[in-house]
Amino acid sequence: MRLPTRRSPAVQPVLHGATWWTNGGFDLRVGVQIDGLAVMMMFVVTTISLLVHVYSTEYMRDDRRYTHYFAALNLFTASMLLLVVADNTLQLLVGWELVGLCSFLLIGHWWEEKPNGDAALKAFFTTRTGDIGLLTGVIMTFFVVERATGQGSFDIMAVNEAALSGKVGHTLLMMTALALLLAIIGKSGQFPLHTWLPDAMAGPTPVSALIHAATMVVAGVYLGARLYPVFYEGLNIGGGGINAMAAIGGTTVIIGAALAFVQDDIKKVLAYSTISQLGYMVMGLGVGAWTAATFHLFTHAFFKANLFLGSGSVAHSGSHHSFDMKKSMGGLKKYMPQTYWTFVIGTLALTGFPMLAGFFSKDEILATAGESDYQFFKYVGLAGAVMTAAYMVRCIYLTFFGEYRGGQPDVHGDDAHAVEHGHDGPHESPRLITGPLWVLSGFSILAGYLNAPAFGIEKFKEWFEPRVAFPETLIHPEFKMADAATAVVVVLIGYALAYAYYWPKVLPQNLSERNGLARAGKTFLVNKYYLDHLYTNVVVGGIKGPVARAAYWVNQNVIDGVLNGVGRGARVAGKFTYAVIDQKGVDGAINGIAVGTGEIGDATRKLQTGRLQFYALMLFICVGLFGLALWLGH
Amino acid sequence: MVAQNVVFGVLAAAMAVSAIGIVRTKNIMHAALFLVVVQAGGAGQFILLGAEFVAWVQVLVYIGAVIVLFLFGIMLTRDPMTAEESLDNDLKWPGAAAALLLAGLLATVLIDAFEKEEIELVAPTYTRAITNSIFRSYIIPFEIVGLLLLAALIGAVVLARRD
Amino acid sequence: MLLNQFLLLGAFLFCAGVYGVITRRNAVLVLMSVELMLAAVNINLVAFSAYRAGDVVGQVFALFVLTIAAAEVGVGLAIVLLIYRNIRSSDLDDVDVLKG
Repeated sequence: MRLPTRRSPAVQPVLHGATWWTNGGFDLRVGVQIDGLAVMMMFVVTTISLLVHVYSTEYMRDDRRYTHYFAALNLFTASMLLLVVADNTLQLLVGWELVGLCSFLLIGHWWEEKPNGDAALKAFFTTRTGDIGLLTGVIMTFFVVERATGQGSFDIMAVNEAALSGKVGHTLLMMTALALLLAIIGKSGQFPLHTWLPDAMAGPTPVSALIHAATMVVAGVYLGARLYPVFYEGLNIGGGGINAMAAIGGTTVIIGAALAFVQDDIKKVLAYSTISQLGYMVMGLGVGAWTAATFHLFTHAFFKANLFLGSGSVAHSGSHHSFDMKKSMGGLKKYMPQTYWTFVIGTLALTGFPMLAGFFSKDEILATAGESDYQFFKYVGLAGAVMTAAYMVRCIYLTFFGEYRGGQPDVHGDDAHAVEHGHDGPHESPRLITGPLWVLSGFSILAGYLNAPAFGIEKFKEWFEPRVAFPETLIHPEFKMADAATAVVVVLIGYALAYAYYWPKVLPQNLSERNGLARAGKTFLVNKYYLDHLYTNVVVGGIKGPVARAAYWVNQNVIDGVLNGVGRGARVAGKFTYAVIDQKGVDGAINGIAVGTGEIGDATRKLQTGRLQFYALMLFICVGLFGLALWLGH
Repeated sequence: MVAQNVVFGVLAAAMAVSAIGIVRTKNIMHAALFLVVVQAGGAGQFILLGAEFVAWVQVLVYIGAVIVLFLFGIMLTRDPMTAEESLDNDLKWPGAAAALLLAGLLATVLIDAFEKEEIELVAPTYTRAITNSIFRSYIIPFEIVGLLLLAALIGAVVLARRD
Repeated sequence: MLLNQFLLLGAFLFCAGVYGVITRRNAVLVLMSVELMLAAVNINLVAFSAYRAGDVVGQVFALFVLTIAAAEVGVGLAIVLLIYRNIRSSDLDDVDVLKG
C-alpha cells in the first residue's frame, strides 16, 4: 500500500451512504465519511477502548453489574464511532446524543449511592444545555448549504464547501458557528459549562479514562475540527484579533489549571487537567491551528488515559479504593513501582517534557498562535504550561512520595471486592492493569513523533489534514529553536516551583492559613469559582423555585381563591338573604350553590390525579380543539 | 363498482359495530373476538383496495399472532376469584365527548377536502412492487424495524420473566 | 369507490379507539383500543396508496405499522403482566403513582 505523499493531489474522502428516509423530495441519508480525521479518531477510539476494556476486566471484577457495565462501555464506543464516521450532521447528532446517554449510564454506574446518580444527572443535563446549541446549529447547517447551492443538505462535505464558497452571508455563518460552539462548550467541558466534568469522576475509573481520552469530551473538539470551515469563516479565525472560540479555549486553559491545584482527589486533579487540555485544543482551533489542535487531541488521548488508568490502579491496589491523595495515598512509589513509572511518563508527556508526546503537540499550538495574529494566546498557553507542570508534580508528590497515609480500608470503597484484598496493604496491581498502562506509556512517548517539526517529520499533517473543503490559508509554523526553548524553560520553572514547595519546602508553606489574600484565593478556587452555586442555586433554583411557587400560588390563591370566593360570596349572600328575606325559601338554593362549589373544587382537584387516562383525555380534547381552531382559521 | 360498494358497506358496518363492541362490551373475551372481526374486516378492505399482500400480512400477524397474545394476556391477568367489576372508569362521558369532538372534526375536514375524489383501481398491487420498494428505497427502515422487533422480543422477556 | 368512504371508516375506528383508551379500566382493553387506532391508520395509508395509483409507499408504510404494532403489543402485554404481578390488578385506576 502506498501512503499519499506530500504532493499528492487532493484526496477525496471515501463516502458511502444510503437513503434513510425520503420526505418531500428531500433525502435523509446515513453513511460514512472516511478521511484522515475520521481515521485518526477511529484509531484513538478503538485503541483506548480496547485497553480500557482489558483493564476493566480486572478493575471491575466482581462488580454488581459487570454485564451492564460492559454493555454500556461497548455502546459508548460504538456511539463514538458512529459520530466519528458520520457523513452528515444529523447522523452526527444521533451519535452525539448516544454518547451523552452512555456517559450518563456509566457515570451513574453505582447509582445506589445518591451522589453518583446526581453526578450522572448533572453530566447529562449540563451537556444537554450545550446540545441545544448543537440542534440549532445542525438545523442551521442545512440552511447554510441551501444559501450556497439552492438545495439544502446536512452532508458534512456540502456544509464545509458551502461555508467556504463565499456565497453564504456572514451573519448566518456566525450564528451557526456560535450555536455549534455552544455544543462544544457543553460536551468538551469548556468554561462556563465545565462543571459536570469533575463530578463525572463518580463513575468507575476506566470509564473516566474513556470519557476523558477517547469518547465523550473529545466529541466536542472533533465537531470543531470536522466542521472547521464553518468556524473558520463564521468566527473569522483567519482574520486575527480575538474570537469567541479562542477566548473560551484560553479562559478554560487557565481556570481549569488553577482549579487543579486545590483538589485532594487525584481523579479530580486529572479531570481539571483534562478541562485545561481541552481548552488548549479549542483554543488551538480558535487560533487557526487545526493540525496542532487535532494532534493534541491525539496525543492527549494516550497520556490522559494513561494517567486515569494509573490513578485507578493506585486506588485499586494502593489506597483501598479511595481517591483522596491527602488521606489515603502517599509513599506509594516503593509499593507500586510500575504504576509509579507509567504515571510519571504520563505526567511528563502531559506537562510537555521535551521529546515526549505533549511537548510536540502543545508546542505546535503555541507556535501557531505565535505565528498568526494571536500572540496573546501564546502567552495564555505558556501560563497554562507552568501551571500544568506544577499541579502534576504536586499530584505525584502527594500520591507517590512522603509517608503512606492510607491506614484503614476506606469504608466508602465503591467496589464490592474492597473487602477481598483491601486489608493487606498497598501492593502492585495485577498484570491486566499494568499491561494497558505500559502500552499507553509507550504511546505517550512515541505518539509525538508523528508530527515533530524539529526533526522534519510532518506525517500527522500529511495523513490527517483534509485536502478538500478546507480553509487553504492555515498556517503551519516552521520549527523555531527559540519557541521550543521557551516552552521547555517554562515547563522546568513549573517543575521547579512545585519541587521547591514540596521537597525541600523552601517556599513558604501553608500560605493560605497565614495570608488573607491567599486564603481568599484558595476559598474561591475550592468553591470552583462559585459556578456550581450559580447554576444550582441561582439558575436552577431561580427557575424551579419561583415557577413552582408561582404555580403553587396560582393553585392556592387563584383557583382555590375563586372557588372559595364563590363559596364565601355565596354564603355571604346567603346570610344576607337569610337575614333580609325569607329563611326557608331561599335556603335550599344557597346550600345548593355552596355544595356545587365544593364539587367544582373536587372536580378541579382531579386534574392532578396521576391517572394516565385522564391525561389522555385532556390530550385528545386539546388536539381536537387545536384542529378545530386550525380548520376554522383555514 | 356496485358490487364493490356493497361489499364495502357490509364490511364497514361489521367493523363499526365490532369497534363499538370492543370499547363497550362488558366481557373481555368478547372484546378480543370483536377485535378479530375488525382486523378481518380491515383485511377485506385492503383486498377491495387491491392491496392483497398487506391484507394477508394483516391476517397472519393480527389474527394469527396478536389476538393470541391478547388472549394470553387476558388469561394471565384476570383474577378468576374476584367477580368482574365494571370495565369502564368514570370518564365515560368526557371520553365520549372527546371522541365525538374528534370524530366530528375529522369527518368535516375529510368531507371538505376529498368530497368527490374517486379511487380508480386499475389492477391489484403486485407483491413484487412492494418488495422492490421495501428493499430498495426503504431498506434501512426495514433493518431498523427488524432490530426493533428483536429489542421488543428481548424487552418483553426481560420485563415478564420472574426473577 | 370514493376515497372518502375509506377515510371516514378510518376516522370512525380511530375515534372509537380514542374512546376506549380513555374509558377502559382494564389495561388489556386499553391495548386493544390502541390496536383499533392503528388499524384505522392502516386503512388510511392503504386507501391513499390505492388513490395514488401505482404508488406502493402507502402499503409499505402500512406494513411497517403492522410490524411496530406487533412489537408494541408484545412489550405492552409484558408491562401489563409486570403491573399485574406487582399490584395484583390490571386495573389502570390502581396505577396512579404519577400523582404529584
